[in-house]
Order: sequence, then C-alpha cells, then structure tokens
Amino acid sequence: MMIYLDNSATTIPDAEVLETFTRANLEYYANPASLHQAGNQAERLLESARKQIAALAGDSEGTVIFTSGGTEANNLAIIGYARSLKHRGNHIITTEIEHDSVRNACLHLETEGFEIDFLSVNEAGEVSPEELRQKIRKETILVSVMHVNNEIGTVQPIEACSKVVRDHSRAIFHSDCVQSLGKISLPYPEWVDAVTLSAHKIHGLKGTGCLLTKKFKEPEAISFGGGQEHGYRSGTVNTPGAASFAKAIRKVLEGNDVTKYQRWNRRLRKMMESEKLVRICSPAEGSPHIFTIAFKGITGEVAVNYFQQRGIMVSTSSACSSKANKVSHVIQAIHLPDDYRKGVIRISFGKKNIDDEIEILAQVIQEFLKTIKKGMKQHDME
Amino acid sequence: MIWNELLIRYGEMSLKGRNRKVFIQKLTANIKQILHDLQSVKLKAERDRMFLYATSDDLEQAIERLSDVAGIQSFSPIAKCESTVEAIQQTALAIFETEDTEEKTFKVEVRRTDKSFPLVTGELQREIGGTILKAHSNLSVNVKKPDILLHIDIRNDGSFLSSKVYKGAGGMPVGSNGKSLLMLSGGIDSPVAGYLMMKRGVTIEAIHFASPPFTSEQAQEKVIELGRQISAYGGKIKLHIIPFTDIQQAIVKQVPENVSITSTRRIMMRIADQLRNEIGALAIVTGESLGQVASQTLESFTAINAVTSTPILRPLIATDKLEIIQIAKKIGTYETSIQPFEDCCTVFTPSSPKTKPRLEKVEFYESFIGFEPMIMEAIQNRTIIDCFIEEKTDEFSDLL
Repeated sequence: MMIYLDNSATTIPDAEVLETFTRANLEYYANPASLHQAGNQAERLLESARKQIAALAGDSEGTVIFTSGGTEANNLAIIGYARSLKHRGNHIITTEIEHDSVRNACLHLETEGFEIDFLSVNEAGEVSPEELRQKIRKETILVSVMHVNNEIGTVQPIEACSKVVRDHSRAIFHSDCVQSLGKISLPYPEWVDAVTLSAHKIHGLKGTGCLLTKKFKEPEAISFGGGQEHGYRSGTVNTPGAASFAKAIRKVLEGNDVTKYQRWNRRLRKMMESEKLVRICSPAEGSPHIFTIAFKGITGEVAVNYFQQRGIMVSTSSACSSKANKVSHVIQAIHLPDDYRKGVIRISFGKKNIDDEIEILAQVIQEFLKTIKKGMKQHDME
Repeated sequence: MIWNELLIRYGEMSLKGRNRKVFIQKLTANIKQILHDLQSVKLKAERDRMFLYATSDDLEQAIERLSDVAGIQSFSPIAKCESTVEAIQQTALAIFETEDTEEKTFKVEVRRTDKSFPLVTGELQREIGGTILKAHSNLSVNVKKPDILLHIDIRNDGSFLSSKVYKGAGGMPVGSNGKSLLMLSGGIDSPVAGYLMMKRGVTIEAIHFASPPFTSEQAQEKVIELGRQISAYGGKIKLHIIPFTDIQQAIVKQVPENVSITSTRRIMMRIADQLRNEIGALAIVTGESLGQVASQTLESFTAINAVTSTPILRPLIATDKLEIIQIAKKIGTYETSIQPFEDCCTVFTPSSPKTKPRLEKVEFYESFIGFEPMIMEAIQNRTIIDCFIEEKTDEFSDLL
C-alpha cells in the first residue's frame, strides 16, 4: 500500500468530483458560446458553477475567471493588473517566497520596465507589514502576498498587510490562495481584491483553476482570442472542468476535517523538536497540512528515496522545482543553516490520510534517523 | 440564528379604510405562496402589522424572499427572551454581535407594556446601553440619529428585541387591484412593465406570441424564465403561449412590408383582447415606451389601439431605455432578457417600417384576409404554463 503524503503537490481526485467531470463531459460537451440549445445548456452549467464558486468564496458579486490552473491565474493577476494599471505607476511589491508563477511573472515584468520589490521574510517565512509599509510608494500599483506558502506552510499576515496597502496606496492586493483553500479561511473578499485558486490541490482535477476578483477589479487580459470569460481569458471554456471545480470546492468546504491535520502536525512536531539532526522548517502557527523538515548533512533526495522504499511518498521542498536539485528560493529566504539546506523534505496531508499512516511515517522517520546516525561522525550529530 | 420571529409592516394599504381587510388577506395569501415550501412558517396578521413565526432556518429563507413581496413596506427580525434584565442584556449583546459596529452610533429604545417589570423605561435604557458600550468600545451613543436602533418591547409574555429593518417592495399586495393581461415578449421592457403593475396590486397573466419554426424553443424558455422571475413579486403567473406563425405569414403575404409591423401588432392586440375577455382580465399591459421603435409612436398607437376599447396600460410610456434597464437589473430580469434569441417580432421585421402608419390604409390591407377564424384557432391552440419561482429546480444541483 502506498502512503501518499505529497498533497501539497497534488491530491487524489474525489470520486464525486470525477463523476461530475465525466458526466459533464458526456452530457454538456457543447461549446458554451454556441447559440444552439446544447450550447445554451453548457453555458447554464458553466454559469451555475461560476456562481457557486463565487458564493462559496463569500462574494456572490465577484468575478470568477476560469483558467488552466493556479499558474495561469497567477500570471493573469500579476501581468494583467500590472499592464492595466501602468498609467498609475510601475511599482510592484511581492515576497521572496512566492510560488514561481508569481515570482517569474514579476521577473518578466522587469523586462517591461516595471520595478519589483521583494519583501524579505523571517525564519518562520513571514513578511513584515512594517517593511511593506516602507516599500510602498505612490507608484505602487500591485501587491501580491501569498496566503499559505507551498513549501513550508507559513500563513502570511494578510489582514495586517491589507490594512497597510489600503491605508497607503491605491494598489490592487492579490493573494495566491492555492494552498490555503479548504484548509484555512480565505482572506477574500474582506482583505484582498483578488485570489488565485486551484482545483487539484483540493481533490479536484488538474487543469482547472481560477482567478477570483471583486467586481470592477478585474485585470487586463493576457491571452487573446474569441473573448470568452468576458474577454478576460480567451479560449473555449472548460465547462466540465469548471463544474468539477465548483463541486470540489463545495466538498472541501463542507467536509474537510482540518483538525486531524493539526493533530498529526503536533504529533510529528513533538517527536522531532529535540532531534539534533532535524530542523523543523514549518512554523507552529503555519497551515497544519504542511510539515516541512530539514535533515542535517544529507540531501532531501536521499530521504525521499528512503521513505519511498517503505511505501511513503513525500517530496523535497516544492514538487515543481524539486527536480532542479538546487536549494529553493524559499529555503534560502528563511535562512536555514547551510548544512540543513539540501536536506529538506515536505510532508503534506490530504483528506484520505488516516492516523495509522502517520504512525507508520513516524516509525520510518525514526528508523531513517538511526540509519543516518550510523554513518555519521560524532561531531556531525551535534 | 438569534431571531425567533419577523415583524412585517404593511405598505400603503395601511392607509386604506374599509378594504384594508381584503388587502391584508391578499398579502397573507401571497406571503404563504412565496414561502410555501417552508414548513414551519406561521403567519399572524393584525390590523396594522403581521407576525411570522418559523424555525431559524426557515426564518433566514423568509428574510431573503420577503424583500421582493409587493405590499410589504419593511420587516424586522425579532429576538424573544424572558423579561429579566440579565436575559435582555444577553440578547442585546447577541444582537450586536450580528451588527457591524465599526465607528457606528446606537440608541436603545424601550417600550414597557408590562408595568410589573422592575426597572422603569429610562433605567432599563441606561442599563442595556451601558452593557453594549462595555462590550463594543467602538460604538458611541447618538439619541437623535443612531445608525443602529435597538428596540426593546417588554410585554406580558416576554421581551422582544429588534435592531434591523429590511425594506420590502412597497406598493399594494398583488391581487388587490384586479387582473390584467401582460404582453410578454422576451425583451427588456415587458417584464419591467409587468413588475410595475404587480407593485400596484394588479394580478398578472401573460400572453406570448411564438412563431415556430422561426422562433426557437429557447426563445420560449426565456419567456417562461422571465415569467418565473417576476412571479417572485407576488405569486404564480399564468403564461399563455399563442401559435402565431400562420397569421404572421398571412400578413407578410398580404400587407405591404412597411406597415406589416402595424398589422402584426393590431392582430396581436385583437388576440390579447379576446384572451383577456376569456380569462376575465380588465386591462392589457404592454412594455411600450414612446418613440422607442416604429410601432411605438403616437401614430402607431392610434392605429393599433383602434382594434379595442379595452384600457391598454403602458407603465413605461414616459421612461427611457436606461431607466428601464435599471429596473430590469434590480428585479433580476435583465440578464435573461438580453439572451440573443429571435422572437416573433424580430423574425419578420421589415427593413424600414412606417413610423406614421395611416389607420384607414392598414384597415384596407387587412380587409383582404379573414383573420377572425385564424384568431380563434390561435387562441384555442395556445399552451398554458404556470410560471412560479419555486418550480425552477436547480437543474445542476446533483452535478455541482
């Protein structure tokens, strides 16, 4: 049996979500832009899905722009807002620990003449609202701060940041909420103007996500074509994907038991707190579904292999960049001591996980620690 | 939810005299119909107000739906508690938990019908006001123009607290001013016209002309949907769908193109008038607004009106398109109306219709066709659909 603990990379689709996707594909496959009855039905399904997502996010008036996933939604937010607001300024603020889809979109904007400021983070991965305040200037048009970090689970002080942004600028405040959806309540619509959401992190399907914005705060389009999604995102809309996304969000909000993640997180944290060979990277106040640790003197890859041989799937820090075999920008940003930097693994829980699996994981970690201790000189262990 | 009941205040019918009882009965019936699926709802109508009792889930639903009902001026949810200072304090605090208190002012108002209550009005006001101030430091007192007015009614059977006032649709309860037949096309204007008449207490049935195969199923669906949407303001709407293809083709064949629209409107009016007679309605309602299109000029009205002496009510006659759109958006019909389906008026639209058709000429052209049997047949072959807001089941609820 496989024990899957890489739920921050992706999750197993929920059976009912898959059922919605299959049925919608078979019964409502028509193009929602078509004028005929079948197209009309598909359109109604699409609009019902859109309404449901907006309502579940607590803003029935909000605009849901369906995208191919979190990356595209983040791209759309960063590049779309920057371009639509460039008449007001060219300054963008984000953080050092954003997902690459925000980070690289920002770096791309530098080549278009925008100036980007990256907020630093402390050892827990948190930005400081004070630093944000210092960096805001009158040219600041966009601030993007992720809600929950995908590599270590840090929850950013969005509320405090929001107050700073609102008091000192007219900037759009965007937040990548891919990791927080279904685990902790979204800062939207109260504290931010737009959020990025993705289906496959909440037992939905890959290839579906959205940017959810307040009404009249939509970004400029960055893809061009037939003007679907009110022109914000062209391309034939993935109606079955949208329907399955709406279902996935409903299911995760209705029935996700986050308390068990808290329990497991505490259990593992307690076990490893006094372990000298291990540094716990995830802050205790972080989102409970992510538990990231770093082993001293070995590489994350070695650990991943060891766990995998015992049927446990965990990942090195971020699945997206783990194959590049370099220290991720997040791990660099939290100033993990040098000899731990390469030994990072991320354990992330999903709704299918059960207590027994976490017990097995705990045992395997102990075994692993024993094994690496054997190969180490005494002073390495201190 | 902390609320136990709703207090419903009547609209202008509270100004009426001897007919008030009938109006109240109508309103009671309309509310019952709008809330028919909420099992626990009980209504108690009094002379100048109405009470609605229900479980908290149903109450929440009722609050959502009542704001659309014509004849209701406003309504307030009420929390009931024992008549002790402690219980009133606690309930007041619970109510303020539901209020946005940021930078707001408030006032406590007490009515003490139960004279055995130990504190007099002023004492209780100070006591409760103090309790609230202690819990919400961002509030301040303003006795002249408070943002939040907490009303406490100490009665013999307990104490009743309320702070919120929701607006109703105002006007008169639907059914209190007779019945009319609405010509419902599927455009933006006619549902608005229907809504405005319903607000004046008029019961509406609707007539729609369909020209299959030139008009589609979806065009018809759209009209049914519009019927459902406006039924939210006062109960079920009966929709009569008239097959109009044969008549329309006869007109196109016989009547010169530039006045064919006038003829079409005249025949529609004749059909509507006969149907009106059949269903016992007293007037015909249209969404016409002066000068909007060729058939909506005074000359056209003269030619069209000539077929009947029945009152034709045109509530939108002096409004402009933007005002109409505003109301359509408010009542939720706009998005449905702008769906792009051909209706029977657009299928055979002539390229340059006369804006000043002459009655004698139109009558002359029509005299070559025997319309009467065709009209009878069309009315006989009509489809009748009951449009009711609750009938629209959420078709995707199992999928999403």
